[in-house]
Amino acid sequence: MTESDILVEVRDLKVHFPIKRGVLFDRTVGHVMAVDGVDLRIPRGKTYGLVGESGCGKSTLGRALLQLTPPTAGEVSFDGVELTKLAPGKLRTMRRRMQMIFQDPMSSLDPRQNVESILTEGLQTHGIGDSREARRKIISETLDKVGLPRWALSRYPHEFSGGQRQRIGIARALVLGPELIVADEPVSALDVSIQAQVVNLLDELQDSLGLTYLVIAHDLAVVRHISDTVGVMYLGALVEEAPGDRLYTEPLHPYTRALMSAVPVPDPDVEDRRERILLAGDLPSPANPPKGCRFHTRCPWAQPTRCADERPALREIGGSRVACHFAERIASGELRPHKVSVEIVRPGGEEPDVVSAPSEPGSFV
Amino acid sequence: MTIISGKKREKIDRLAELAAREEERGVSLWQDAFRRLRRNPAAIVGAVILTIFVLVAVFGPFFVPYGPTDTMGIREGVVKVGQGLIPGPSAEHWLGYDHQGRDVFSRMVVGARQTLLVGVVATLIGLALGALIGGVAGAAAGLGGRWGRWVDAALMRFIDMLLALPSLLLAVSIAALLGPSLTTVMIAVGMVSVPVFARLLRGSMIAQSNKDYVLAATSLGVRKSKIALAHVLPNSLAPVIVQATLTLATAIIEAAALSYLGLGNPDSSVPEWGVMLADAQPWLGIRPALAIYPAIAIIITALGFTLLGEAMREALDPKLRK
Amino acid sequence: MALLEVDDLSVSFSRRGQRTVRAVDGVSFSVDAGEVVGLVGESGCGKSVTSLAIMGLLPKQPGLRVGGKAVFDGTDLLQLDDRSRRDIRGRDVAMIFQDPLSSLNPVIPIGLQVTEVLTRHRGMRGDAAAKEAAQLLDRVGIPDPKRRLKEYPHQLSGGMRQRALIAMAVACQPRLLIADEPTTALDVTIQAQILELLKDLVRDSGTALVMITHDLGVVAGMCDTINVLYGGRVVETARRRPLFREPRHPYTVGLLGSVPRLDAGRGERLNPIPGSVRDLLPWAEGCAFAPRCTRRVDACVGQPPELVLTHDGRSYRCVNPAPLSDPTPAASPVDTASPVETASTVDTVTAGDAASAGGPVPAPREEEKS
Repeated sequence: MTESDILVEVRDLKVHFPIKRGVLFDRTVGHVMAVDGVDLRIPRGKTYGLVGESGCGKSTLGRALLQLTPPTAGEVSFDGVELTKLAPGKLRTMRRRMQMIFQDPMSSLDPRQNVESILTEGLQTHGIGDSREARRKIISETLDKVGLPRWALSRYPHEFSGGQRQRIGIARALVLGPELIVADEPVSALDVSIQAQVVNLLDELQDSLGLTYLVIAHDLAVVRHISDTVGVMYLGALVEEAPGDRLYTEPLHPYTRALMSAVPVPDPDVEDRRERILLAGDLPSPANPPKGCRFHTRCPWAQPTRCADERPALREIGGSRVACHFAERIASGELRPHKVSVEIVRPGGEEPDVVSAPSEPGSFV
Repeated sequence: MTIISGKKREKIDRLAELAAREEERGVSLWQDAFRRLRRNPAAIVGAVILTIFVLVAVFGPFFVPYGPTDTMGIREGVVKVGQGLIPGPSAEHWLGYDHQGRDVFSRMVVGARQTLLVGVVATLIGLALGALIGGVAGAAAGLGGRWGRWVDAALMRFIDMLLALPSLLLAVSIAALLGPSLTTVMIAVGMVSVPVFARLLRGSMIAQSNKDYVLAATSLGVRKSKIALAHVLPNSLAPVIVQATLTLATAIIEAAALSYLGLGNPDSSVPEWGVMLADAQPWLGIRPALAIYPAIAIIITALGFTLLGEAMREALDPKLRK
Repeated sequence: MALLEVDDLSVSFSRRGQRTVRAVDGVSFSVDAGEVVGLVGESGCGKSVTSLAIMGLLPKQPGLRVGGKAVFDGTDLLQLDDRSRRDIRGRDVAMIFQDPLSSLNPVIPIGLQVTEVLTRHRGMRGDAAAKEAAQLLDRVGIPDPKRRLKEYPHQLSGGMRQRALIAMAVACQPRLLIADEPTTALDVTIQAQILELLKDLVRDSGTALVMITHDLGVVAGMCDTINVLYGGRVVETARRRPLFREPRHPYTVGLLGSVPRLDAGRGERLNPIPGSVRDLLPWAEGCAFAPRCTRRVDACVGQPPELVLTHDGRSYRCVNPAPLSDPTPAASPVDTASPVETASTVDTVTAGDAASAGGPVPAPREEEKS
């Protein structure tokens, strides 16, 4: 694979949110390590799927990649341009080439804009189409692509159903003619039958427009369905990355195995046959991740040596990249899973939104 | 395998679209809110009260039977305050005379205009200043990064200082500075509501700034200033508008209170309900009605604004929309 | 006799100036003792309202009308007065909700909330109740239960809260447990824990479980009998294996075709159902699913389809059900329901008819506003 085939390259990306306390003077008492050292490459025209449970930092990674959340450290290069060092004006121009699709189609659309205004905004910002007619033409072509009728133009988001709103969101991203689309949980807010419509739409758009996707989702089945390469995240870091089929047939990281075995399959025969690997306890807080391998507190294969004190790096093992010291010995069956005692995990400290704005009780009136 | 006649298919489609497409153009949130407002009986009662009030305030003074400053009662010798004689309602004078022998009905009608003026101007002062401070603070806190948080903190401490001053003390100080007048009352009442508007708009804007559509606009490459003005601000206005309606009600009452305390217009020849209430004080024993008329008028007007404000709150609440 | 027999349950809300909403429109199903029954459907199919109506938990408001019967062990739950219903609730029938945080009282320690149930229905007090509560928490897999008893809901993680809620539900060894999307708010690995816990509880205590969910994967692993709901009515009832192997109702077929499967390869297109759940035909006018159905025929419109009973307790509400699969694997039910397939494999019908009927829907004629 040559360098020019890589559209996006992320190197050692870190996003740490400060946790602030104090009434008058903010004091930083710690950091939520939402993303803590991620490397990944997305080839042009392919789909990279990012999967993990809530709080693993997958959404933050997607936003940091697009520079919507400023990264604490690391590099993001898009088509050879280093985004983290780009001046704000240049970055705004670059945004035309990389767009985002959001999870909640209602809150990601301004309720006071009608569809035409939603779709025109991006065009105006980037000076695409010199006349109203030219813009209208681009907009109607985009509507056709996402399967929305013309009469949608004069209507407002609240007048549509969930599936249609998500189509509006996709149209907003597409209208600028981007190369990369970051889709953050694009279908998880939708009904099952509508999910399939949107997944198919994303597939078709990729085929016809040659788009590159970063699809972020908690649903392994959706991610596997749509992705060429799947990365599994746990507590701010990738634990395994492999081509979709390989990840399914040969999961190497213990967490991938557990995740895979936890996803319900709509087939009683499969459900009865499969062996579940039940993980003990909850996800530890990203403000205070375990030392060593972050998964060792819940890992049924954790070993007394290395796991608790040495953080494993991603290693290449036969086409996959795995962050586990004992991946080969687990795969060969040499190591057997054991019982793990549950550690209680406190909620709170996980939500980065506690740091986004200094919120004071009663500050709303 | 799947056979269906054209006619049946048509019927299916028609039935499936039963509720669809009431009209061809989309309905914006404002239109939608207005539609719900029209269905709310409280809103209609409030609107009727206010329409009457505004009509009286605007056109009333042209149709009053007597001049509001005409002390005809004394001139004609009907009103003898020294002997405790202030005649009540009669066919010529619907609400009777006041202690200076003026026609109370005419004064009530003419006073509506002053009262409306005080309420509206005071609210506008509060709204304008409060929205300015709150808007800047909210935009800075929601979108501005570290510098923005600093600006926000500075502005909000200023608001906290305003909030710490009791409204009466504030009014007295302003009156001491400017001398008692209607302007003083309006400024004092307006200043008191500044923190309310500022905090409300700021909170609402910060909440809106965390919505995904702001992120979406950023990812489109829209400038922060434009996002604040075109997206965040319009979506944050609903609670402020509701608050303004409710503030109109309290402003009228507060202005009356300040007038009553003698901080209002010293020239009682220009009738205003609050002043009339104050003037009636010494004569409560002889003719309490002189105080009751303006009091009832103030209550009904305030009620009208409150009803409308609450109905608007309901209509604009996105949670209650089906 | 069945433990719970729901017969023609209907719930409608009517508000002044607005059209009456029929949230549940004639739901019938039964639950045997110790059986796990699934109610599956998408949003708006009436599955949650059904459970709330059975429990008598629908918010009392003017315009609410509940009809039909829900007979539990000989008593019709819908006819009970509030007091006897409260007695049954918690003791004989318990419920688990989707959002454990809002179902727990935030200002009362977990322990007190559990002992409250024990006091109310089992008359236990003081130390005995506290001891039993600790045992319950231990049973649902909450570590260090004695200390947890003193903690407040916000101090526990989502999975632990759901466990606490389950502990309260099973405190009185109810004979029927209704779980309304118990794992929807949880992560997959936590979901697996909770589902395993529910399975264990049901197996050990012989409690019957009604599992309400939108996730076909969850039902496939848990339920003995499955009811598929659409538009407020049960459209198909079957035992677990037959339902997944040979779905008969086109909606069930469509749902199964819509779900991306973990064990399917990359690039396999899904077979979505066109339109959205809003494209409903009122049941009185015909089959509610007809506007989205790829197998619709004349008989679908005009009157509601009758329930067709087949062998081994299977039933479906469709006049033109998906055929039982032929020995040839090519004609699996999922394929026949796909719009594209229908058009390309025209067999008995003229091409024009096929195209006009199920034909390819270029841009799925999506939902109109309602």
